[in-house]
Amino acid sequence: MKINFVLNGKGRVLNAPSDRRVIDFLREDLGLTGTKESCGAGECGVCTILVDGESRLSCLMFAAQLEGRNVLTIEGLASEETLHPMQEAFVQFGAVQCGFCTPGMILSALDLLKRNPHPTRTEIREGLSGNLCRCTGYQKIVDAVEATACKKEKGPPL
Amino acid sequence: MKRVFLPHNLEELWRIIAGEPKADIYAGGTDLLVKLRQNLINTPSLICLERIEELKGVHEQGDEVMIGACSTHTSLLENPIIQRNFPVLTKALNVLASPLIRNMGTIGGNICTASPAADTLPLLYVLKAEVEIRSRSASRQMALKEFILGPGITCLKAGEIVSGIWVKKVPGFNLHHFEKVGQRKALAIAIVSLATLFKISGEEMVEDVRLAWGSVAPTVVTSNEIEAMLVGHRLSRQVLKKAAPIARAIVKPIDDIRASADYRRQVAENLLIRLGSVQK
Repeated sequence: MKINFVLNGKGRVLNAPSDRRVIDFLREDLGLTGTKESCGAGECGVCTILVDGESRLSCLMFAAQLEGRNVLTIEGLASEETLHPMQEAFVQFGAVQCGFCTPGMILSALDLLKRNPHPTRTEIREGLSGNLCRCTGYQKIVDAVEATACKKEKGPPL
Repeated sequence: MKRVFLPHNLEELWRIIAGEPKADIYAGGTDLLVKLRQNLINTPSLICLERIEELKGVHEQGDEVMIGACSTHTSLLENPIIQRNFPVLTKALNVLASPLIRNMGTIGGNICTASPAADTLPLLYVLKAEVEIRSRSASRQMALKEFILGPGITCLKAGEIVSGIWVKKVPGFNLHHFEKVGQRKALAIAIVSLATLFKISGEEMVEDVRLAWGSVAPTVVTSNEIEAMLVGHRLSRQVLKKAAPIARAIVKPIDDIRASADYRRQVAENLLIRLGSVQK
């Protein structure tokens, strides 16, 4: 089927089987391998993408469900040469170890800050509770999200 | 390849169902896509309800609230009508899976999946919820506890969907409580859960109470006997301990990967006893 949607800021009309999982569509068909797959069952969060600004698990969606939607993957977050403030903070705080969970963490964190611009550390942990990090780097990830929220308070909107 | 249909309204849905009578119908997909991957689903086509606006939202109608079946858990968590009237629902949704699953999964989906461990079912039992069922030609309403027949089994017939959940407001019940025991805080499937509504008087006496346990039997467990034992008393440890053996006797748990039946019986008892320390 033809799917008409916005991907990382650009309008696209692409062909895909309607029951193609979004994760396969992104990674295999479009080569957008920033979105990862691990459990394939909604338990790990590494396949997180933003659909109309809300975090979703791309392993639990069919390509057909992208019709008319605005999709953001980790590849679409930085503008040209400039990293998004959340990405900057992950670099600055060393919130990346092996990096496999990072795209999902960052996109989940953006959903969290959209709903709750000034989360406490506990709220950050709860907001990211669907994203697993196997390197156990949570402390620094929470630091990075906290710092981004503080910066946001002072600076221009994300 | 399975065809995936995305109707935008009920008219379109009925038309698609008529043409695809064997299709599986889903909302958030958080259960269906997992089962599909395990090759547990062999239908030729799938119908997704996520675009049907008529099935979403929370509507206040006098002393009742109608929750659209296709409302996501996140949308209900953020809904002021729910927050104001049903703190017990908000408490359960807060510990349901993860924010990502809550952004996708729906309350109607949680009901129709009819898992014994479903997080919204015990509280919907204590709220005496009714489900609204629609098909192309008819609409009917029935008590949730009649609708759920067993694990994964409901009264839903071919061509029918759950369109909404009707819940009466419970202004008299001034204490709402939900506790779930799982292996971790996020993404835990309940080992045992207990939803409770209390009407507590100024003298801290229990004037009315409704209790429902999840994950300890094929369907939610309630007990008029325990409720009657608590009415007219303060929520003392002594009173709760007296009622606890009944909880142990009425639950019918199984051994599974998450816990043994014995452990579940013990926790079902303990959650009751712990009501004595619930913040008033």
